[in-house]
Amino acid sequence: MPPTHNSPTHASHLDAESATWIERLQSDGPGYEAAVKDLHVLLLKAARFEVHRRRSALGEMRDSDHEDLAQQSADDALMAVLRKLGDFRGDSRFTTWAYKFALLEAGVKVRRRVWQGREVQLPPESWSGIADRLQTPHDDAETRELIDAIEQAVRNDLTSHQRDVLVAITLNDIPIDVLAERLRTTRGALYKTLHDARGKLRAALAARGLGIRRHEEVGTR
Amino acid sequence: MRVPADRDPRLSGLLGPDGPELSCDECFDALDRYVELELSRSEADKQIPGMRAHLHGCPACHEDHESLLALLASER
Repeated sequence: MPPTHNSPTHASHLDAESATWIERLQSDGPGYEAAVKDLHVLLLKAARFEVHRRRSALGEMRDSDHEDLAQQSADDALMAVLRKLGDFRGDSRFTTWAYKFALLEAGVKVRRRVWQGREVQLPPESWSGIADRLQTPHDDAETRELIDAIEQAVRNDLTSHQRDVLVAITLNDIPIDVLAERLRTTRGALYKTLHDARGKLRAALAARGLGIRRHEEVGTR
Repeated sequence: MRVPADRDPRLSGLLGPDGPELSCDECFDALDRYVELELSRSEADKQIPGMRAHLHGCPACHEDHESLLALLASER
């Protein structure tokens, strides 16, 4: 039986293939079950694609475990797609819209699996150590001054929560979904915290006369 | 003094994108349209402002974007 969802998507402005998907998934007839099965096949394809792309991060995991991850991702994505079917506006093809749910589920599950059993270390109150984590030489005066200014701003201008989130995600490479799970919050809420912390850093640097060269300016030097 | 934060990926990640950017939810909402615009070379960044900045600032959404782009490209 079709699940209840938001107001039905009107198929009139959709491309033919998308319109067919929507009509089948909103039907009350026997075609509904077949449409859901077809949708699961589509989502499983995307989930397998994502797990395969991330297989090096998963280490020595068995093929059957990869398949389990993909199946779980497709199952969860199926529920999400059916629940949000009324949100589909036809801004893209239906299959593209559906794929993103499977890729999201698989990506989150892979990242969480990689970090399963690993401790998520948050920075101590007295933390300082950006220079040790840089990936390129930083012995010139202007980069040194920038690092000093950032470290001061991280210590003095951020709340402890902002500092934890900023350091964990940008310096300790803890995936935002993993951190969200450990802190019992959401990716969106953590990114808002990260965004606010970055804004404070930029403001602190600007107050010291340290303007940040824009990405495009660096690229066109 | 103007310092080149993009010189190092760590500094770039710490400071994040400058200018307005989408939230994670807004990014997910527009991701399918954005990727199709990219693949059809239809000025995706002009039509969905703030998306590129968010993809620069959020590693997880960046991965989601790369994956959707790769999946669609593999079907062409």
